[in-house]
Amino acid sequence: MGLQAYLPVLMLMGFVLLNAAIIIGLSQWAMRRRPTQVKSEAYESGIPVVGDARERFSVKFYLVAMLFIVFDIETVFLIPWGTAFRRLSCTGPIIDGVCSGATSFFGLGEMLVFMAILVVGLTYVWRKGALQWD
Amino acid sequence: MNGLRAASLDLGTLLLPEIMLSVGAMFVLLYGVFAPEGVVSTRRAHLLAIVVTLATAAAAAMLANQAAPLGAASGPLAWDGFRWASVAVILLGVLGSLVMAMEYNEGAALSAPEPPALVLFSATGMLLLVGSRDLMLIFLGIELMSLAIYVLTGLDRSRAGSAEAALKYFLLGAFSTGFLLYGMALVYGATGTTNLTQMAAVIESRTLGTDPLLVGGLALLFVGFSFKVAAVPFHMWTPDVYEGAPTPYTAFMAAGVKTAAFAAFARLLLDGLGPAYASWHYAAWVLAAVTMVVGNVLALAQQNVKRMLAYSSIAHAGYLLVAITSRSADGVASLVFYSLAYTLATIGSYCVLSIVSGGIEKRTRLTDLAGLARTRPALATAMAVFMLSLLGFPVAGGMGFFAKWYILRAALNSPTPQIKLAVIFVLASVVSAGYYLGVITTMFMKPPADDALPSRGVDARLTGGVVAVAAVLLLFLGVYPSPAVRWARASTMPMSPARAVAAPTPMQALAPVNSQPMLP
Repeated sequence: MGLQAYLPVLMLMGFVLLNAAIIIGLSQWAMRRRPTQVKSEAYESGIPVVGDARERFSVKFYLVAMLFIVFDIETVFLIPWGTAFRRLSCTGPIIDGVCSGATSFFGLGEMLVFMAILVVGLTYVWRKGALQWD
Repeated sequence: MNGLRAASLDLGTLLLPEIMLSVGAMFVLLYGVFAPEGVVSTRRAHLLAIVVTLATAAAAAMLANQAAPLGAASGPLAWDGFRWASVAVILLGVLGSLVMAMEYNEGAALSAPEPPALVLFSATGMLLLVGSRDLMLIFLGIELMSLAIYVLTGLDRSRAGSAEAALKYFLLGAFSTGFLLYGMALVYGATGTTNLTQMAAVIESRTLGTDPLLVGGLALLFVGFSFKVAAVPFHMWTPDVYEGAPTPYTAFMAAGVKTAAFAAFARLLLDGLGPAYASWHYAAWVLAAVTMVVGNVLALAQQNVKRMLAYSSIAHAGYLLVAITSRSADGVASLVFYSLAYTLATIGSYCVLSIVSGGIEKRTRLTDLAGLARTRPALATAMAVFMLSLLGFPVAGGMGFFAKWYILRAALNSPTPQIKLAVIFVLASVVSAGYYLGVITTMFMKPPADDALPSRGVDARLTGGVVAVAAVLLLFLGVYPSPAVRWARASTMPMSPARAVAAPTPMQALAPVNSQPMLP
C-alpha cells in the first residue's frame, strides 16, 4: 500500500488553502474601509443587540445537554444498523436482494441488548430526578 | 461484516465474564435508585457487587478449563491462559477494593450506591482489555476502564484534593488517549488490520518492521500505554491522583489498572508487534530503566505514604517493563506472577492505610504510622510483610522475592539477554529498600506522633480480614511458591515470532540463573 492514494486529498487541501488566501488577500487589498457605528454592529442589518452573550447558564442545562447526547448517539447508531439489518439477518450472502441462507436474529438481538442497556440508563436518570428541571 | 457474524463467533461464551460483570453493574445501579437512601442500602449495594465479582470469578475459572469456543483461535477475543490468569488477578484486586470501599465509604461519609457499580463497570473494561486481540477492543477496554475510574477518583466531593485529582487524571487521560488512538491509526495504516494475529503475519511477511508508518505508530502507542501504566516520563499525574483519590479506589487503580494495562501492552507488543521487536525493543529498554530509577529515587523523598506508594507503583511499572522487554514465555509467566504478588501487596498495604486513617485522608502521612507496632501489632506486622514483599525481600517478603527473581531470570535467559537492564533492576531494588524499610522502622521503632490526628474509630473488621488474607497468601506462596509458579507458567499466550526464534526456556522454581545455558 502506498501513500500515493492520499495525493488527491493533499492536492485538495493545498487548493483550498490557496483559494482562501487569494479570496481574503484580494478583498483585503481591494476594499475601502469606511466604518460607521451601524456598520460595526454584530448584526449590521438585523435586530439591535440587547446584551452580552457571556452570561451564566444554570448547571442543569449541561446535564440535560449531556443526557440529550446519550440518546442522540442512539439515533446515530440506529441508522447504520438499519441499513445493515438485511445483511445482519441472513447467515449467507444476499444475492439479488434475496437471502441465500437461513434467517439470523443476530442483528435484532444485538440492537435489543443495546436498547436494554439504554433503558437501564434512562431508568437510572429518571429515578435520580435528572430529568426534572426544578 | 464477516468478523462479527453470529455464525463465526460464539460471543456469549467468549464474553461471558464481561457480560456477567456489566449486567451485575447495571443491577447494582438500578438497586441503588430503587432502594431507600442510606447507609444500609450502600452496604447492600457493595455486597451485591461483591457477589457479582465472585460469580464472575467462578465463571471465569470454569471457562478457563474449557476448550476454546468458535472464533477464539484468531478472532478479536483471545482464549488462552494469559487472559484467564490476568482475569483472576484483576478480580482479586476488585474484590479487595470493594470490601475496603464498603467500610471506608461509611467512615468517610460517602454514602452512595453508585461507587460499587462504577467499580464493576471499570472491571468490565479491564477484563475486556486483557482478553482482546484487536486494537479496537483494546481501545474500548481502556476507555471503559478509565472513564469509571475518573469518576471514582473525584468521588469525595467534600475534599478539594479529590476533585483536583479527578480533573488532572481526566484531562491528562483524555490527552494520552489521543496519542493511543493516533498510534493505533498509524499501525492500522501500515498493516491494514486491527487484528493482532493478522498484524503479526503481515509485518513478518512484508518485513514491515522498520516501516516509518509502523514505527511512528509504535512510538505513539508507547506514549499512550506508558501514561496508563505510569511509566517515566509519563508518570507526572500518578502521585497527585493516587494521593487525591479515596484510598480504596487508589488501591483499585494501583492494582487493577496496572495489571490490565500491562496485560494488554504485553499482548500488543509480543503478539501483534512481535515481529517488529527490533524497532520497539530499545524504547522499552530505556523506558524500563528510566522508570525503575526515577520511581525509586523520587519515592525516597515522600512524607505521605499514599504518595510514596504512588512512586513505588511507578517503579513497579519499570520492573514489569523488564519482563516485557525480555520477550519470552518466561517473561510472560513472570509478568503474571509479579502481577499477583504486586496486587496482593498493594491491596493489602492500602487496606492498612485505610484502617489507620479511618476514612480521614489527611491521616496518611508517614508519621501517622509511627508506633503502630505498639497500638496495633498485627496490623503493623502485616504492613511489614507488604512492604518487604514490594521490596522483594526473601521469606519475610513472601511472594515478592520470587516475583523479582523470576523477572530477573526471564531478563537474563531471554533470547536477547538483558544483562544491563538486570543490573539496573537489582540496583533500583536496593534503592527501594530505603523507603520500604523506612515505613517499617517508623512503625516499629518510633513512638506515636504527638500531633496524631484523632481517629473516627470506624468499624473495619472486613478490611482487616482482607489484610490478613493478603498477608497470609503472600507468605504462604513465598514459602511454597510452586502452585503459583505452575499457574503462572500455564498462562501462555501466542507470541510471534518468539516461537520461531528460540524455544522458551522452562522456568523452574528455585533453580539458579546460571544452571541453564544462556541463549545467544
